[in-house]
Amino acid sequence: MAQATIERETKRPSGRVRRRPGAALGPWPLRGVALLYLGLFILLPVAAILQRGFGNGLMNLRDAMTSLGAWNAIRLTLVTAALTAIINGVLGTLLAYVLVRIRFPGRDLLSAVVDLPFAVPTLVAGLMLVALYGPNSTLGGWLEHHGIHIIFAPLGILLALLFVTLPLVVRSVQPVLLELDPAEEEAARVLGAGGWTTFRKVVFPALRPAIAGGALLAFSRSLGEFGAIVIVAGNIPNKTLTAPVFISQLINPTNYGGSGGPDQAAAVSALLFGLSFVLVLLTEKLVSSPSKGSES
Amino acid sequence: MAGTIEVQGLTKSFGTFRAVDAISFRAAEGAITALLGPSGSGKSTVLRMIAGLERPDAGRVWVAGEELTHASVQDRLLGFVFQHYALFRHMTVRQNVAFGLSVRHVDKPAQRQRVDELLELVGLAPFAERYPEQLSGGQRQRVALARALAPRPKVLLLDEPFGALDARVRQELRRWLDELHRELGVTSLFVTHDQEEALELANEVVLMNHGRVEQIGTADEIYNRPATPFVAAFVGASNMLRGVVWEGHVHFGRSAVAGAYDLDNGIDAVAYIRPHDIQITGTPGEMSFPITVERRTDLGWMSKVHLRLEDGQALVAQLPNEEIVGVRPGKHLYANLRNPKVFGLDQANRASGAELALVSAVGGAEGSG
Amino acid sequence: MSTQTREPSQPAPIDRLTVTERARNSDAGRGRLARGLMLAVALLYVLALLLAPLGGIIFYGLKSGLGAIGRTFSLPDVRHAFYLTFVIMLVTVAVTTAFGVVVALLLARDRFPGKRLVSALVNLPLAVSPVIVGLMAVLLFGRSGWFESFIAARGIQIIFALPSMILVTIFISIPFVVREVVPVLEELGMEEEQAAWTLGASRLQTFFRVTLPNIRWGLLYGIALSTARAIGEVGAVLIVSGLLQGRTETATLYILRAFDQFQEQQAYIVALTLAAFSILLLIGIETFKRKRTREAS
Repeated sequence: MAQATIERETKRPSGRVRRRPGAALGPWPLRGVALLYLGLFILLPVAAILQRGFGNGLMNLRDAMTSLGAWNAIRLTLVTAALTAIINGVLGTLLAYVLVRIRFPGRDLLSAVVDLPFAVPTLVAGLMLVALYGPNSTLGGWLEHHGIHIIFAPLGILLALLFVTLPLVVRSVQPVLLELDPAEEEAARVLGAGGWTTFRKVVFPALRPAIAGGALLAFSRSLGEFGAIVIVAGNIPNKTLTAPVFISQLINPTNYGGSGGPDQAAAVSALLFGLSFVLVLLTEKLVSSPSKGSES
Repeated sequence: MAGTIEVQGLTKSFGTFRAVDAISFRAAEGAITALLGPSGSGKSTVLRMIAGLERPDAGRVWVAGEELTHASVQDRLLGFVFQHYALFRHMTVRQNVAFGLSVRHVDKPAQRQRVDELLELVGLAPFAERYPEQLSGGQRQRVALARALAPRPKVLLLDEPFGALDARVRQELRRWLDELHRELGVTSLFVTHDQEEALELANEVVLMNHGRVEQIGTADEIYNRPATPFVAAFVGASNMLRGVVWEGHVHFGRSAVAGAYDLDNGIDAVAYIRPHDIQITGTPGEMSFPITVERRTDLGWMSKVHLRLEDGQALVAQLPNEEIVGVRPGKHLYANLRNPKVFGLDQANRASGAELALVSAVGGAEGSG
Repeated sequence: MSTQTREPSQPAPIDRLTVTERARNSDAGRGRLARGLMLAVALLYVLALLLAPLGGIIFYGLKSGLGAIGRTFSLPDVRHAFYLTFVIMLVTVAVTTAFGVVVALLLARDRFPGKRLVSALVNLPLAVSPVIVGLMAVLLFGRSGWFESFIAARGIQIIFALPSMILVTIFISIPFVVREVVPVLEELGMEEEQAAWTLGASRLQTFFRVTLPNIRWGLLYGIALSTARAIGEVGAVLIVSGLLQGRTETATLYILRAFDQFQEQQAYIVALTLAAFSILLLIGIETFKRKRTREAS
């Protein structure tokens, strides 16, 4: 069967809802351990941030935002994250489509390469970009000569984010594409619809939630990215300073001169963090609801 | 190696849905008992409660005289065969069958011997080193059976054991299970929605509907002396005729059938008649009634004939080839109805309307549920 | 050609055209061109975005020759950095694997109120910036932190020492094992476990003999992802480590410092080492992923 090859996640008819005999893990102790683990490691730190950041009202936040480059850091982060989400939303979907629907030699290799950013440390990714586009490299020199600044410029930040988030989108869309029944598209073709029309009317609506989910994942990941950016960007306030780097500077003010401190960092973090959390919930809903619906 | 299974007052609800409602019955030692019923009748739930895979809300379970109601699954020492085999996919056939023994730390030589014994018994000795995915459905189920029998359980529970197999394999395994049971004599309780299977295999049938017991009896009793309209309609094909009771008979138009002796005069009643209990004659007999032949379908060794009574009600008769001569569409003949089972209309209505409608539809099931 | 008279603005009715005319209008040919184009764009994008930088670092890392590599590895700071990274990775992976399996069992098989919340909590570390994670640790264990007096009294050092680095790396690695094991557990259902129970196996026996073998590829996949993440962590450990050279510097932190102090060659070499290890991990990741998918069917 032509389509039933690579990574086809065949669903067994495990949809029979078997009533489970009470707690599958058995007695409460095991449940308790799991919940304790989660509670300790996750809820506690979150509570600390909220308390330290806003324990004194909005004062910490206001002070933090008076630091050099604060507003622009947030703006830059939001803009680059949005651009990343859009660009990789489109190209990532394209990649997923190519990996699922087009047979070509080296398809498996391409699939493996797409996962590269999952395996490589983010810092190393940033260093890779510096190696390729830095002023000392031939390519970098050529680009600088033509006025294209990558290292220590917003474009470098964008490239780093695109690198890091590509697999997020591809892996979000790919399984949904695999699940799609080719019969639907065949029916459309038999009825006379061309390739693009079929994609627009049959494939895309089914993919939309997955694409949105993947793009959201890319966005929220970009909001917080540190390692890939900290070397490439140069961290110039108001120019290439992003929010995560800014927050790291706030935490140890003595290192970077100026006021700051953990409480201010906490306030700004809480904002960024709140946004991330909302996005996580949104992503969960978007990604889980439609696919679960078609699974039963 | 046997024991009686006894349940009393078993009840289980899932949320607001009452799946099992105060079920009580006894499965005799050494016999095969069937839990028969349509989907949703609660039969699987009853079986699982006996096995300990579900906890009853109320009621008690005994096996071989020992109360197991609150015992853990592991302590019950019952054999269980699942509809989808549930073989351990990462173990060979041999390891699967040996599992119940190895878990109880039986020594290796004894394990080996017992496994070989069982593989012989189920006819899968050459497949000992294969993995489940390399076997067919029928073979997998036989492994599942061997696995369940290895630890010498007191009873054997089977949950729709042949439900996942195709028709031909189902028939084969049915015969094979029958032989196996004769040979081993383990008390067996199996769940099925296939009445042919139940009637053929079981010594006794517990017929369930909507979580309640409709009737308990041998295949003969259930088939020929149904206790409720549901049983009459569910087991075997049935025609339904509506009429009014007078003097122990049910009257429809100018015709009547006997059998309504314990019903009051004047009430509405339903008579259930099997297609093969209808005899067609050219001349009227004592209890015949006039009918018109509407359609005749020849099916090899017998024929199905659609008849219309004077009052408009329809009957489907099943006639062997010898009796079909002269029966042609359009002819006005006479029908003799044997063995009617009569129930009051309100009682018949209380049985699920959907099932009755399904079964009594013209050209309805020839025995499968 | 159709000889029927018709409004010039209307296209020829489909059934009036011959098959050849229809074929010419069809996009079978166009389709092939479009697919070729898509393939080209996709390949180009991956090449430029992912592979070119990889090539860059391989080139720059090896540029000064093997001698430089040998010298770099003989530096005590470098050795200590690798050692630290290794220790953190080991502890992190051990903890997240053990607890991850427990949490996965909980999510896949148990029903309890607030399950959705637990699932969101598990996914949370993926969305939080590592810098914020480091901050959390500082707020809890650092100066004027919530637990500061508690730990100071016992003379344990958490911040600016190994324990905090391990803790933040664990936090960040929590999701991976859980996320990969849960779908496998859901696919598998509980029937095999139930069968094991009926055969007399205790819950523990059942877990080790039935459940674990069945989830092994998904589990290994999650472990590989978790390992990669633990090794690559930089933002959070930067904040909690205090950057004490030779004492609390992981491989990634070493790279950061070396680059800052213009020891670029060393930075590239260490980075290349990490990249090489990541490629190995990637091979593992892809292998386990493939086996997991094949198995869940």
